[in-house]
Amino acid sequence: MTDAAATLAPGEAVQQLKYYQKGTFTVGNRLVGEDERSVQASQDRSNALTCGHRACQGCGEALGARYAIDAAMRATGGDLIAVNATGCLEVFTTPYPETSWQLPWLHSLFGNAAAVASGVAAAMRVKGRNTRVIAQGGDGGTTDIGFQCLSGMFERNDDVLYICYDNEGYMNTGVQRSSATPPTARTATTPAIGAEPGNVFGTGKSVPKIAVAHNIPYVATATVADLHDLERKVTKAMGIHGARYIQISVPCPLGWGSASSDTIHLARLAVECGMYPIFEAEHGRVTHVRKIRRQVPVTDYLRRQRRFAHLFKGESEDPRVARLQAMCDANIADYGLLDAQGDEK
Amino acid sequence: MLKQIEGSHAMAEAIALCRPEVICAYPITPQTHIVEGLGDLVREGALQNCEFINVESEFAALSVAIGASAAGARAYTATASQGLLYMAEAVYNASGLGLPIVMTLGNRAIGAPINIWNDHSDAMSMRDAGWIQLFAETNQEAVDLHIIAFKLAEELSMPTMVCVDGFILTHAMERVDIPDQAQVDAYLPPFEPVQVLDPAEPVSIGAMVGPEAFTEVRFLGHYKQTQALSLIGTYSAEFKQAFGRDSGGLLRGYRAEDAEMLIVAMGSVCGTIKDVIDEMREEGIAIGLVTIVSYRPFPTDELRGVLAGAKDVVVVEKAIAPGLGGPLANNVDMALRNLPKSPRLHSAVAGLGGRPITKASLHALFRRATVQPWEGTHFLDLNAVVVSREIHGSRKKRRSGPTAENILRRLAETPTQAAE
Repeated sequence: MTDAAATLAPGEAVQQLKYYQKGTFTVGNRLVGEDERSVQASQDRSNALTCGHRACQGCGEALGARYAIDAAMRATGGDLIAVNATGCLEVFTTPYPETSWQLPWLHSLFGNAAAVASGVAAAMRVKGRNTRVIAQGGDGGTTDIGFQCLSGMFERNDDVLYICYDNEGYMNTGVQRSSATPPTARTATTPAIGAEPGNVFGTGKSVPKIAVAHNIPYVATATVADLHDLERKVTKAMGIHGARYIQISVPCPLGWGSASSDTIHLARLAVECGMYPIFEAEHGRVTHVRKIRRQVPVTDYLRRQRRFAHLFKGESEDPRVARLQAMCDANIADYGLLDAQGDEK
Repeated sequence: MLKQIEGSHAMAEAIALCRPEVICAYPITPQTHIVEGLGDLVREGALQNCEFINVESEFAALSVAIGASAAGARAYTATASQGLLYMAEAVYNASGLGLPIVMTLGNRAIGAPINIWNDHSDAMSMRDAGWIQLFAETNQEAVDLHIIAFKLAEELSMPTMVCVDGFILTHAMERVDIPDQAQVDAYLPPFEPVQVLDPAEPVSIGAMVGPEAFTEVRFLGHYKQTQALSLIGTYSAEFKQAFGRDSGGLLRGYRAEDAEMLIVAMGSVCGTIKDVIDEMREEGIAIGLVTIVSYRPFPTDELRGVLAGAKDVVVVEKAIAPGLGGPLANNVDMALRNLPKSPRLHSAVAGLGGRPITKASLHALFRRATVQPWEGTHFLDLNAVVVSREIHGSRKKRRSGPTAENILRRLAETPTQAAE
């Protein structure tokens, strides 16, 4: 950004601005210039995912999708087609004729969104059109059942931006475990029963890292706790041709057992405890990480979610909390998320 | 232009003449030479304005075609056997969405046991998927059916599968008349989609549909198939006018007019059956053939009309619906239903997993149908000795082992055992 980041540099700049959201790098629209305001703050936004849909109160995915698609619509001048995997986003934005989509939108299957989008992109190429293509799905449709098509689309460097709304489980089918579900989390298929309740350690995968390993032009993680950053990343991605991947942390009040009003707060805590590293990578190399000003203990994040409640039921703290803390610490070390000065790389 | 050419390459040339805009390629025997041929044509520049995409699976192959078709491009892919099963979910999806994709199916058996040779089990597995399914008897017909298929698919906005016997057709070198570009252009108009992803006119395609509308959507899928019943005839007639030869149609008879016994079959085996019929006619037997070209839609009325006068109908088919019998025989039975004087129906399953269907075996089969008719489904050239031993062996011993390997071992033990 030329941009909020610059205005956020340490020293004088910090003194000149008061942050809208205290203790974060997030800047409120009212404090920045017109050109730095969010797409969503503009009356000219496309409302590509318009109101009236059936998402739950406090749905992180609906929020993330709205910002992401509107940013992409602005970046492409509205010349955009979206392909959607089966999942919450597909279900709550239809049934027809009550579609919320104000752009051409295609849903085929659960596991093929990336491939369908490749086909749309191929059609645009052959017809000599500049229309851009986004594929989108939840973590189940991305990291599990859609993974092969996703990897194929990456490997061919097809001109598609794939957006994964990561709420860490199969929420549409009733909160089952996915390969994006964190250890210890309670889901319907990793119940809080037995000696080690919840999801097990040593499983799951980081699709952003796997995407980076495909050496595609652009990979980013983002969060609904920083919608400016999310919009910036989508805008940047739409300025690049080839395969691109953005994975957005989208808390799910239903699946996580959290208050609807806590969605943004939880998304922020996930970043600030080190659980959800926010970074960008280009052509196989990490180019940017979002620094954490003050690392918060992972318990601050866990305690606000009923999916982790079993960790805090006993007399003493479940020893697995320490393992989760270690995971966060490892993320912070690996990505260099903490900086003494608290500035961005 | 007449060419001495491999079936797959002839089909590749015909498909290229149809100007597909997106081709998805994934290798699976015996279809591979078709997409290889198309890849060559794209690289050479003979097929221009076409995206040739090497995908990572059949599921992706058809999914890419779905995206391309929904975005208004003429899309093509080819598969066989396991590949068709692997894309099964997308097969149903393409027809449910009403996308006029054309796909070649190089007919091959389905495992286990793994087998790369020809039969029709793959096509049968998708017979209810809502696609038009056309079966080619020769490579000339395979070429012609592809050209008809694009026209048919796009007129009805419904995907069409051209079924071609693996190896027997795909790998056979024979004389094929390949039309020229001007002829095909005159016959096949440019693709004008009925629905398209277009930012100028945004639509949602593939939305959730509940009980209030699902039946109506399915009814219209069935209705379009019934429309295809008349269109297939129309387009085949137009094809004859444009290209000067008979190809396609719903079904066609061979020496069927006065026949007391009619054979019903699909695909390349019809050639062998015609030879047998000629020989039996020499002997004064009133026998004929009905070749089914369109398996879906199934030409029930037309078939009834042809079969009504016969005394015996023998269905020879390269597939088995375990627990039922022959799926084609079952459909033929439906055509004969409620006839005042219905012919006797004899069902035979033959040529599974590439087993040759010989004239000698067919001679015996057709004779037996009148003098010693069988109940249920007859397996042509079944090695009854080996099968009996396996059944007996598995009764005696709980851990009798894997069936396919047992059969192979027993065959090795009885090398001189003639079939049946």
